[in-house]
Amino acid sequence: MNNKAHTPLFHVSRRAALPWYGAWGIRAAALIIALLACALITNLITGLNPLEVYATIWQGSFGSARRTWVLFQNIAMLLCVSLAITPAFRMRCWNLGGDGQMLIGCLATTACMILLGGKLPNGVVILCMFVSSVLAGAIWAAIPAFFKAKWNTNETLFTLMMNYIATQLVAYYIIIWEVPKGAGKIGIINQSTQAGWLPQIGSYKYLLNILIVAVVCVLMYVYLNYSKHGYEIAVVGESERTARYVGIKVDRVIIRTMFLSGAVCGLAGMLLVGGTEHTLTTTITSGRGFTAVMVSWLAKFNPIWMILTSFLLVFLERGAGQIATSFGLSASYADILTGLILFFIIGSEFFINYQIKFRHAAGKED
Amino acid sequence: MFDFVSFIPRAIMQGIPLLYGSTGETLTEKSGNLNLGIPGIMYVGAISGVMGAFFYETRVGAANMKGFLAVAIPLCCCLLGSFLMGLLYCFLTVSLRANQNVTGLALTTFGVGFGNFFGGSLIKLSGSSVPAIVLSGTSSYFRKTLPVSGSTGWFGKVFLSYGFLAYLAVLIALVAAFILKRTRVGLHLRAVGESPNTADAAGINVSRYKYVATCAGSMIAGLGGLYYIMDYTSGIWSSDAFGDRGWLAIALVIFTVWRPNVGVLASFLFGGLYILHMYIPSGMNLAIKELYKMAPYVVTIVVLVLSSMRNRRENQPPASLGLPYFREER
Repeated sequence: MNNKAHTPLFHVSRRAALPWYGAWGIRAAALIIALLACALITNLITGLNPLEVYATIWQGSFGSARRTWVLFQNIAMLLCVSLAITPAFRMRCWNLGGDGQMLIGCLATTACMILLGGKLPNGVVILCMFVSSVLAGAIWAAIPAFFKAKWNTNETLFTLMMNYIATQLVAYYIIIWEVPKGAGKIGIINQSTQAGWLPQIGSYKYLLNILIVAVVCVLMYVYLNYSKHGYEIAVVGESERTARYVGIKVDRVIIRTMFLSGAVCGLAGMLLVGGTEHTLTTTITSGRGFTAVMVSWLAKFNPIWMILTSFLLVFLERGAGQIATSFGLSASYADILTGLILFFIIGSEFFINYQIKFRHAAGKED
Repeated sequence: MFDFVSFIPRAIMQGIPLLYGSTGETLTEKSGNLNLGIPGIMYVGAISGVMGAFFYETRVGAANMKGFLAVAIPLCCCLLGSFLMGLLYCFLTVSLRANQNVTGLALTTFGVGFGNFFGGSLIKLSGSSVPAIVLSGTSSYFRKTLPVSGSTGWFGKVFLSYGFLAYLAVLIALVAAFILKRTRVGLHLRAVGESPNTADAAGINVSRYKYVATCAGSMIAGLGGLYYIMDYTSGIWSSDAFGDRGWLAIALVIFTVWRPNVGVLASFLFGGLYILHMYIPSGMNLAIKELYKMAPYVVTIVVLVLSSMRNRRENQPPASLGLPYFREER
């Protein structure tokens, strides 16, 4: 008879909180391993030597002044959406509707530009764009929030569906406003008058957007960490029952936070249409609402760290795009590399929160 | 007069990929895993099948393909590809206890990129002038219908005019419903999804159930991708062709309140809603068609809201859906 109990080779236990440098050290290690894996795969597909892979990625992001500006513009847009969804995430309210809320903001902006452009002074048009896009985004997010607060309707799927409704709404208005008729697209709005275009600072097309997002980032940091609202969000996220017990009106916090979340998404939409694109398509957000989820989560919902994580994702995307163009690969190559790196970083969280104890180590403890 | 005889088969053909996706996702969710990677997995399933078929078809030539191999090779490739995706998801969320939403979204990014990338590479390899891969040889085997379907009038058209994968989808959904509802394995699986602590205490291997259910779910979902390419589009792959059907499949899970057998009819209904805009006469007004395309999403939201309002216990999502399980945490 075998009386010995079976001891597994190792067992997993929760780690006491790591110091911040330990946690970020593990993440950095995961990132480095992920980059090595990416270089290896690129090497297998294109035959490029790994050092050149990194050089090409660097080229794609910082190769010229224009590319650098585009990089920072993309970071700003992604960061803006990430900041927008963060308050909701801190509340454990999974707002996957960033895309739709941004798109509806784009739509509101476009409507103002087309319908009011030239009829009102430019400053007023821009004010209308701001108000309408922020409101549109906020309402788009508040609808799921209302049902979540009232009947605990699953917000993940509700917001997801709202994305597609927004897409179809945009498709509808694109056909209504298409120029010329039957083209199926809007083209550059008010190209001659530039009515409703956000002003340029000097000769830097993207600078205004970047500055606005930087301000939003700081405000969001302060709001989340040093305001009463931010504290309420944190309490609701940790435990709804505790929140109710201490007298926080949970349903009101949910609706208010989602409203804010959508408002910032709408703002991002306005910056995108009014600031840089000056047109409207159904794919104008290019999935940023989903990428933002990962940006926000990777930064542990901390607005300042998000600058770093959004930089990382955009940098990789542009870099992988550069590899794809210079080797005639499909542009989707960027998605593969991004996915791969995310897997590594997601996996590394395990080593931050848990530790593995091997059998012989456990034996010594006795 | 609304043309039902041509509408119903098209609605069903639209619905089949959704049925595969939602059956797979239901199994996965019953184990407590909210797999938002389903859209990516369906892409990977589709492209794996396409790759298998492409290399077989170019190797032996469309003329002397063996029927059995022409079906078996894409099928196995598809199952393998989607299985690996499911395994990756499980490894990250079950073994490494990562956040399920983030893992799922990363899986979708990766999967859609994977599909479009290798699709694009194959298009280049085949050197065709249009940006698509045409696998009509393989597709003809997938589209084989019963010989009597042509001679039985409207009945044949509505019920018998589909390839074998369509019937398989219905069969899988019914079997999944039976397993979930009537067998011990299903009971254990539901226990794992509702309360993994209790299940663990009762001696059920939580990790194993989560792994098996999620991987099986991914494989079923992957078949949906394969069906779409091989049957619905007659073997033509083009980039982003599959669209947002994966998300719709996830919506369908809620619509069916986690019951695969309801999913059979619900997916056909969704398929119908998806193509409704082609059948509603709107004249030259193209814009209004875009609004009709909202139908499936609006209906999903209505169902979501109604089921949460009624708040019946049997219509709720599994209680521990989306939460990782760690035994030492109480």
